[in-house]
Amino acid sequence: METEVLTPEVQEGFDCVYNKPDTLTDTRFHYCPGCGHGVAHRLLMEVIAELGIQEETIGVAPVGCSVFAYHYMNIDMQEAAHGRASAVATGVKRVLPDKYVFSYQGDGDLAAIGTAETIHTVNRGENILMIFINNGIYGMTGGQMAPTTLANMVTSTSPYGRSTEWAGFPLKITEMLAMLPGAYYVTRQAVHTPNSVRKAKKAIKLGFEYQKLKRGTCFIEIVSNCPSGWKMNPVDSNKWLEANMLTMYPLGDIKVPVKEGQGE
Amino acid sequence: MEREIRLMKGNEAMAEAAIRAGMKAYFGYPITPQSEVMEYLFEQMPKRNFKVLQAESEVAAINMIYGAAGSGARVMTSSSSPGMSLMQEGISYIAAAELPCLLANIVRGGPGLGTIQPSQGDYFQAVKGGGHGDYKLIVLAPNSVQEMADFVFDGFKLAEKFRGPAMILSDGALGQMMEKVALLPEGSLPHTVPAWAATGKPANRPPNVITSLYIEPEKMEMINHTLQAKYKQLQKEEVRYEDYQTEDADIVLTAFGLSSRICQKAVDLAREQGIKAGLLRPITLFPFPEKKIAEIAETAKVFLDVEMNAGQMVEDVRLAVNGKKPVYFKGRMGGIIPSPEEILHEIEQISEQVLSYQN
Amino acid sequence: MYHSDEIILAGFGGQGVLSMGQVLSYAAIIDNKETTWMPSYGPEMRGGTANCIVIVSDRRVSSPIITKFDSGIILNQPSMEKFEPAIKKNGFLFYEESTVVYPPTRDDITIIKIAAIHEAELMKKKQVANMIMLGAFLEVKPIVTMDSVLKALKKVLPERHHHLIPLNEQAILRGKELALQQLHLTI
Ligand SMILES: Cc1ncc(C[n+]2csc(CCOP(=O)(O)OP(=O)(O)O)c2C)c(N)n1
Repeated sequence: METEVLTPEVQEGFDCVYNKPDTLTDTRFHYCPGCGHGVAHRLLMEVIAELGIQEETIGVAPVGCSVFAYHYMNIDMQEAAHGRASAVATGVKRVLPDKYVFSYQGDGDLAAIGTAETIHTVNRGENILMIFINNGIYGMTGGQMAPTTLANMVTSTSPYGRSTEWAGFPLKITEMLAMLPGAYYVTRQAVHTPNSVRKAKKAIKLGFEYQKLKRGTCFIEIVSNCPSGWKMNPVDSNKWLEANMLTMYPLGDIKVPVKEGQGE
Repeated sequence: MEREIRLMKGNEAMAEAAIRAGMKAYFGYPITPQSEVMEYLFEQMPKRNFKVLQAESEVAAINMIYGAAGSGARVMTSSSSPGMSLMQEGISYIAAAELPCLLANIVRGGPGLGTIQPSQGDYFQAVKGGGHGDYKLIVLAPNSVQEMADFVFDGFKLAEKFRGPAMILSDGALGQMMEKVALLPEGSLPHTVPAWAATGKPANRPPNVITSLYIEPEKMEMINHTLQAKYKQLQKEEVRYEDYQTEDADIVLTAFGLSSRICQKAVDLAREQGIKAGLLRPITLFPFPEKKIAEIAETAKVFLDVEMNAGQMVEDVRLAVNGKKPVYFKGRMGGIIPSPEEILHEIEQISEQVLSYQN
Repeated sequence: MYHSDEIILAGFGGQGVLSMGQVLSYAAIIDNKETTWMPSYGPEMRGGTANCIVIVSDRRVSSPIITKFDSGIILNQPSMEKFEPAIKKNGFLFYEESTVVYPPTRDDITIIKIAAIHEAELMKKKQVANMIMLGAFLEVKPIVTMDSVLKALKKVLPERHHHLIPLNEQAILRGKELALQQLHLTI
């Protein structure tokens, strides 16, 4: 992996409008141009920097395109086997209950091979933050069908389009998880427009803040694009995301904490 | 039989051969470097007579295999090392329930998540039984795209004859490389639903039950005896190997799969220098050609085992040689393929040190 | 004695290096020869360097992985640095002029420089630069017949690109001409 030190230098007469937080390393992202993973990484690390919890945070990386998240995230991390990130995170949290723990997983990892771990982690109400990148495809292995692949969507293992009759339906695992009593905060966000990026960041911040309360699992789905897997340029992929992914996976909060003194 | 000639990747040749061999169903999960198998099958499914399903994990895939094999269908799955590890529980159940099926492991470098480059690090897992209990797989090790295709037919045949799982143990390079392949025609391997299959009980027969559970140890021991008898018979009847110039060889290389191709070149290079080298390539890793190796140990002066791992098959070679001659080992690990020159260098050194000393 | 040709083809992903090798391999089996096509694979392929080893032989190919080559067809600088030393003495090294910044320097091999990308641009189809390189190679090393190469194109190109076969053929022929000119220059 090539590492290149990019010293941020603001030229005289210019305002610095963006700075990379210390919680990101200087390693260049290997992600394809326009991929949502990069934005999600940045938001996550900005929040950790802003909350000042870099030293108290342990992340768990999945198997998927973000398998090298630990090259970019300047925090302690563990790499899990495919699908097992939330189980690994459970192990971490159970022995380090006062630390901030998050898992970061793709749809194949979290909603196919890791479904059992996902459901039971949330059902136990593990006090962790789970970040779920839903790009509707297996990016890492070259664009195979994911559980979240839309009906009729072409992938390398649904070359004639996903037939729901044969391969089942796009899995709304986030809604399923929201039904579990262990889930404390469940929301669906996106990172394809400046506005959605701002909202997603707010949600991530809440996810970490809630973790201190020890009330249950915070689960944030981020609907993302996969220009390479979808065989589109980045701009088209974001348009396609807006028109297709968001109809199946509408943005917004799915479960929010009940305010103190209200109900329950 | 008329064969069709094509230029194909090993993974695709294996998939095409499976269709031609009358595979009824395939269950799998994507993993590099073998994803082309399922991708090829999905592309072909609407045009041909078989089914393919992408499972949610390898754990699920192998259990789908169990169910479909128990229903009497000719079935297959494939994966690469980390996925194969997940399948081990299911494979043990399949062996115990005596279900025929074909597995293919397109091995990549490990341990752990490892690398996607080719390796032979799963020899022990395949040959010694990676799951729990006393069972064995019939293990075929192709060293060409042609054999990737042919061993699908052989694998199904053996699995059905001996009622158990057979495995094609290949690697990422053989899966990804293209070679000429002559394909057998469709329909050349007939299949009938076996009488033991659980397909629905007619009034006139007792229920067929597919199980691996036998609570009484006496019964379980009986089952073990049945399995062991099959493995003995396999050892007696089904051993396969390729012998390359071992007859007059002083130094005999042993290698399987991809490394045998590299060794063959190294043997040629050594012969050009006047070193009498030869190569014994086990084709069936279980049953292992132990007799043949013992035989060669009578005439050869020294053995050199070459593998893309830390030394796994070499243990079986040493058992077969049984101390009669020294057995050296040369291995590369972690997804590195040794070059013919590297092996030649090893041969030269051994022949300098050992052979000249012995003469 | 049997005859065998061992070739390394290398460049950036997307330059058509792998399909150039496939055309060669496919032509070989049409000519009733033995062949292997061994690609580099993995994430390095996505935008990074791509290479394949093609072996064409009268008899079954032993090792598909080799470290010394009779010929090299090189389409970028990193590959040139990696493979120039790997060409056997008296071997042939073909390279694309504009993408190789530092030309090869060995004097014990024949070096053939082809302006394939420039020529492809003249033909209004940048993607055929690989076929120009292949043509140049085939002029100097006619290890497969032209007839088989044309048949191989049909096999390697997906059907939706079959209308481009005449253009590919033209590119191969142009490559042959360029190699001839270059050879005259060197000799
Ligand atoms: C047991 C096992 N099976 C399969 C794989 C291969 N594999 C690596 S990543 C991946 C899917 C990744 O897709 P997703 O989780 O959607 O993440 P993305 O790459 O799209 O970000 C698979 C199947 C593996 N590493 N381990």
